[in-house]
Amino acid sequence: MSEKKYSKQHEWVSVEGDIATVGITKHAAEMLGDVVFVELPEKGKSVEKEGQAGVVESTKAASDIYTPITGEITDTNQSIVDDPGAVNKDPESAAWFFKIKIKNKSELDQLMNKADYDKFAKENPN
Amino acid sequence: METQKTALYNYHKSLGAKFVPFAGYEMPVQYSSGIVEEHKITRTNAGLFDVSHMGQLLIEGNESLSDELEKVIPVDLKKIKLNQSKYSFLINEKGGIYDDLIITKVDNGFSIILNAACKDNDFKIIKNSIGNKFKLTLYKNLSLIALQGPKSSEILEKIINGVSSLRFMNGNNFSYNEKKIYITRSGYTGEDGFEISIPDEVVEDLVKKIVSKGAKLIGLGARDTLRMEAGLCLYGHDINETTSPIEANLKWAISKRRREEGGFIGYDKIKLDMNGSLSRLRVGVIPEGKIIAREGVKIFSEDNKQIGSITSGTFGPSVNGPIAMGYIKLNFSKLGTKVLLEVRGKKYNAKISELPFYKKNYVR
Repeated sequence: MSEKKYSKQHEWVSVEGDIATVGITKHAAEMLGDVVFVELPEKGKSVEKEGQAGVVESTKAASDIYTPITGEITDTNQSIVDDPGAVNKDPESAAWFFKIKIKNKSELDQLMNKADYDKFAKENPN
Repeated sequence: METQKTALYNYHKSLGAKFVPFAGYEMPVQYSSGIVEEHKITRTNAGLFDVSHMGQLLIEGNESLSDELEKVIPVDLKKIKLNQSKYSFLINEKGGIYDDLIITKVDNGFSIILNAACKDNDFKIIKNSIGNKFKLTLYKNLSLIALQGPKSSEILEKIINGVSSLRFMNGNNFSYNEKKIYITRSGYTGEDGFEISIPDEVVEDLVKKIVSKGAKLIGLGARDTLRMEAGLCLYGHDINETTSPIEANLKWAISKRRREEGGFIGYDKIKLDMNGSLSRLRVGVIPEGKIIAREGVKIFSEDNKQIGSITSGTFGPSVNGPIAMGYIKLNFSKLGTKVLLEVRGKKYNAKISELPFYKKNYVR
């Protein structure tokens, strides 16, 4: 698996072959607070980079999840729908959101590496 | 206007509070353990809330003051006993609610707790209504803290002798560090607890002492989930200037004599609502599954006609599921009625439920 990449909407992407796994960052999970509801896109759906591809809700508010990559949803993580609290426990691994068949690999180059993202998150906490 | 801070601001900060602007104040929304955990601490142990942003109004006067106040507050101020508290409203000409409040009969008049966002306006309304014969003081240097939860009484009794014998919705004068404080047995969480009115200069000291006996600081986030589970209204959301107390399902808060005799502004509308012209009612709504219906979500009948909307909704940590409340056409308000909620363009099943969602016994 490749090194993780990060988006300005606080999602992470990890790539294996032409499949990208997407989730929200630890920073995003902390900002959201206790996640109590997750809605994921349908399998087979085509999504556009920076388009809405899910919803997370805390006790306080609902937030949209965006896809950092264009492509087709090949899989979704039902376990976080059943246990939304998992998103707070392990956001960057077990609590991944969806997998996408990547349409355009060059989109990956527009994402940040970990060091750049950490700096970005510090400067843009929300 | 510059954002205001309560006397406990630096203490909240030292505990890792996350702040939000609320009614012109920088208030702690949660501390490091998070809203769900704070909610559960309050239900099982004891939570301490800084609610110093709320208005604390003292109106000094005798029996003629009761007459004047009864024109805008539909509670029986003739029958209220010394140190007894009542939940009531500042009512408007149309029978709507300018604010909801707790009024307590004290030695020299009445003490009223008002919502932060409404307090300055309330002050003007009350002053205009009762005239210049009475002294009104909206305190600037007085904090208000609430200790809530099953361990509240045990904890506070260790610090302030005698509080455990207060009954629900009753208060009294106590002292702390030689300062006069006023404590009522009341709250906004559905738990047993106390609200303590205390001078700014000693509040942090008392808070630290309460914490040392086992209570935890709780933010506005959990205060909101706790009050929703308890079925309590949040002003500006579940009630406002256009909702009558009858529509809000708060008829119980208008004293019997006042329901029958009136004598307060807006009574015409309230009388009509009580006598068959009521068209909508505030109800509890439980969504099926995990979907959360928040303020503004439309409520539909099973045949897809809009019949109401949600005014508050969240995930209830103690109920362990989503809960909501809102206004619905009267003929759909029966418990168990199946309805649909439109969330992000999709309709979800829900049913009309009893309030509160979470029930606890108060000490009476």
